[in-house]
Amino acid sequence: MKPIQIITSRCVVLPMENIDTDQIIPARFLKVITKNGLGQWLFADWRYDRDGAPRSDFVLNQPESAGAQVLVAGDNFGCGSSREHAPWALLDHGFRAVVSTSIADIFRSNALKNGLLPVVIDPETHRRLTAHPGATVTIDLEACTITLPDQTCTSFPIDAFARNCMLRGTDELGFLLAQEEAIAAYEREFS
Amino acid sequence: MIRRTLFEKVWDAHLVRPERADTPAVFYIDLHLIHEVTSPQAFSLLRERKLRARRPERAIATMDHSTPTTPRNPDGRLSIVDTQAATQIRQLETNCKEFGIRLFALGSDRQGIIHVIGPELGFTQPGRTIVCGDSHTSTHGAFGALAFGIGTTEVAHVLATQCLLQRKPKTFAIQVEGQLPHGVTAKDLILAIIARIGIGGGTGHVIEYTGPAIRALSMEERMTVCNMSIEAGARAGMIAPDDTTFDYLAGRPEAPQGPAWEQALKAWRRLPSDEGAAYDREVTIDASSLEPMITYGTNPGMVIPIRGVVPDSSNQTTQEKSLRYMGLRPGQRLLGHPIDVVFIGSCTNSRLSDLRLAASLLKGQKVAPGVRVLVVPGSQQVKKQAETEGLDRIFREAGAEWRESGCSMCIAMNGDQVQPGQYAVSTSNRNFEGRQGVGSRTFLASPLTAAAAAITGRITDVRELLK
Ligand code: SF4
Repeated sequence: MKPIQIITSRCVVLPMENIDTDQIIPARFLKVITKNGLGQWLFADWRYDRDGAPRSDFVLNQPESAGAQVLVAGDNFGCGSSREHAPWALLDHGFRAVVSTSIADIFRSNALKNGLLPVVIDPETHRRLTAHPGATVTIDLEACTITLPDQTCTSFPIDAFARNCMLRGTDELGFLLAQEEAIAAYEREFS
Repeated sequence: MIRRTLFEKVWDAHLVRPERADTPAVFYIDLHLIHEVTSPQAFSLLRERKLRARRPERAIATMDHSTPTTPRNPDGRLSIVDTQAATQIRQLETNCKEFGIRLFALGSDRQGIIHVIGPELGFTQPGRTIVCGDSHTSTHGAFGALAFGIGTTEVAHVLATQCLLQRKPKTFAIQVEGQLPHGVTAKDLILAIIARIGIGGGTGHVIEYTGPAIRALSMEERMTVCNMSIEAGARAGMIAPDDTTFDYLAGRPEAPQGPAWEQALKAWRRLPSDEGAAYDREVTIDASSLEPMITYGTNPGMVIPIRGVVPDSSNQTTQEKSLRYMGLRPGQRLLGHPIDVVFIGSCTNSRLSDLRLAASLLKGQKVAPGVRVLVVPGSQQVKKQAETEGLDRIFREAGAEWRESGCSMCIAMNGDQVQPGQYAVSTSNRNFEGRQGVGSRTFLASPLTAAAAAITGRITDVRELLK
């Protein structure tokens, strides 16, 4: 996992609410046994037409979206299936943060474990972001803030432990493995 | 005395290390369910780190998502035509063998949708913590287990340590009063609940379903309700165990036997929420006022009573996109809308009682001309029992296809697909864009409503046929 401290990037805006993980990456692309290369199928059914040609009216295919690392989406982003392929595809495409007024539980957990930063903000700040697609924002994970182009700065909540892992670029498995003694003691007593 | 909810009792009993401000709880997992789609990268991670499965006997695996459901070859084998799917299925076999995990493989008489076989084999038990790399793990909460979906990285965590890092969710009681009217099923109840609280309404919470209408449900109906908890965004859904639960479990292959059974019963009877225990949120619903429900849009919260009209919405962008996809407009009635496909199956509604309901309507009837009807039992066990009862004959004689067990058209990964632009009435749990195939348009409903649509070729109020 790549450490994250500060992300400064233009935003890509997908204003729809309830974007489910089946849209982020459709199920037919899950017949894989590795995590690599899923970015090409990100939002596949919105991004390509039936013949596989890019749809010019979809925001990810527009030139100003190239290189953007921040995705701003409507409420309840990432609902539905637990597929971790969704954050894998977003990361592989180049996104490093997802901003919404709320993010579904399993998606948020999966995102945190892979270094994709879930940023939950208030509806007013969100409205201002969606009204200005392409705006450049700065997300500071150390300070837990997102700064808009007009320099207004809003803080966002994030679990302290997950934040530390992301700042350092370490994963949770090492921490869990270090609990071996406590786990063994629990098993002796209760299972 | 501290009064605790069912959830809190199960939560407290599985804390290896309680949570602190700077670290989540180290949370013990009793049972780990595995399928072919969300596990390969987890096993790879174990190999990379040179780790073994810590307690392989606490995991079971099956293949269900990318498996074919087409009738068997004369030699009794199933042919997997898709090479990618075949690789994924072979990989699960290799992984289970290498890490010592019990696998109910394709071809075994215990194979099936993971959320169908866990309960029917008796693995799913009250008070257990159960996880799977699959959001519909919430199904198992019907037994008073705490069961939730996880991602693939967490699958690796559980394999390697039998634990997860977790923050304690909030609690949400949904009290269901009254009695379900004739023709209104557990599926209609959960769709009505999602309509009421919204598809993000349960986010951050574990729902406990309580009240007389829940107590009156069979285990299979309770599984239908808990299954779709995730469709309201909830972490899990739970129902307190009672005699219905214990009667269902008694004698199942993996359920405790003899003195161990008596001991388990004693522990299980202590699980229900204490009188007066507090929840973070509560909602009451009157079952008696419910009608058959059907979805009209592209998420399970876009749902109306079968005689209702497609509503207008406050969020124009989302609603317009959805209705354009569905080919519907606000104010339109769904009743009488022609359909192309009926899918009876999935971890929501593919158990014996679901098939019996559908067969009760289809008996002696014919599928409407031009309509394709697919009946996919949830497991090989369900298939066998249904065949013993002659349900397969009823379906076939009506003109429906009777298939092998698996997820099938619920997720359309295995070749079973709704064609672009076609309308399907489905007993599954998701009507997302493209869920049943690229361009597919899904109406979610109960097995009764699905069977009614199969006969008439249109969206139908099943109560008309039940008169
Ligand atoms: S039946 Fe559908 S929802 Fe259930 S596990 Fe299979 S794919 Fe998932």
